[in-house]
Amino acid sequence: MDLCQIHADRCKGCELCVQFCPKHALEMSEERNAAGYHPAVLAHPELCNGCAMCAQMCPETGIEIYRRQKRARQDAVNQG
Amino acid sequence: MTTAMNSQDGMNKQNGGAVASEDLVDLKCVFERPKSLSDKPFHYCPGCSHGTYHRLIAEMIDEFGFMDNTVGICPVGCAVFAYEYFETDMIEASHGRAPAVATGVKRALPDRFVFTYQGDGDLASIGMGEIIHAAARGERITVFFVNNGIFGMTGGQMAPTSLIGQRTTTSVQGRDPRTTGHPIKVCELLSSLEGVAYLARVALTSPKNINTCRKYMRKAIRAQTEDVGLGLVEVLSPCPVQWGMSPGDALHHIEEDVVKEFPPGEFVDKLAGPVKA
Repeated sequence: MDLCQIHADRCKGCELCVQFCPKHALEMSEERNAAGYHPAVLAHPELCNGCAMCAQMCPETGIEIYRRQKRARQDAVNQG
Repeated sequence: MTTAMNSQDGMNKQNGGAVASEDLVDLKCVFERPKSLSDKPFHYCPGCSHGTYHRLIAEMIDEFGFMDNTVGICPVGCAVFAYEYFETDMIEASHGRAPAVATGVKRALPDRFVFTYQGDGDLASIGMGEIIHAAARGERITVFFVNNGIFGMTGGQMAPTSLIGQRTTTSVQGRDPRTTGHPIKVCELLSSLEGVAYLARVALTSPKNINTCRKYMRKAIRAQTEDVGLGLVEVLSPCPVQWGMSPGDALHHIEEDVVKEFPPGEFVDKLAGPVKA
């Protein structure tokens, strides 16, 4: 699963996420979403490190960010 | 990682059970929609900072645990439908009268967290009397003020906060101070009043500034919860459609030109001690 999950139907194509992505992993899609905008897509998932810059800048809160957890920390979380 | 992201982590640990997919065993959600923000898509134009500011307010409500204890007051302006976007109690006030409505709510229900969300056409124009007197009385309310220097909803007319020389539909040659005066600087104006506990201004132009905005918003909320006085955070927001710029260019315009007229920073801080996030 990609670290950066973009909800394409929330996107209004403002391109702020593309401009603020330090890894240049995002691009604007050629497709249109339900509202008729060209949504942002994670064109290069291998570059994404989950820094959340795009999600911070997204005015629509349309981006969710996941990060890989160290196993020890994950176990500690699971044990509560 | 920032403090805000840590608090997001803390929130997600509690509802980590909601993520059931097997792919997610090693992945943890570190940034998602705040619980206080409804699922309804915003009606704002592409690139408008209203959505960002809504999210920050919802994050603060989640972080302080005020979701069941909040009354928000909506303005008239672009954010007139803000009550659709928060999962808290909201009241729609007449144009500019949000501080007056908030005063009544806070005095009747002193245990609630009461905030107003106002634009510059609402707060700095028709509602200037209300905010000044609410500040002078030191009402225990928190004001979230959005300054984009133009009347966005009505079609891009000149606002009291428009810059000198700014072209709008009612100042097509650019704002002329001889006939229309100078921009009103709300933070500087209110900073002389004794009832104000916290005043700050920040431009929502980068992830760094968004984190700064979170820091300011925590203090403005503490000004109310610790019974010190009125707290106000002014954000410099782009209005890409009415400014006639792309969203990216609008952010550059704020960082290069708008901050010269409206310098960011903290103007009044009567809070003691560090931020309890």
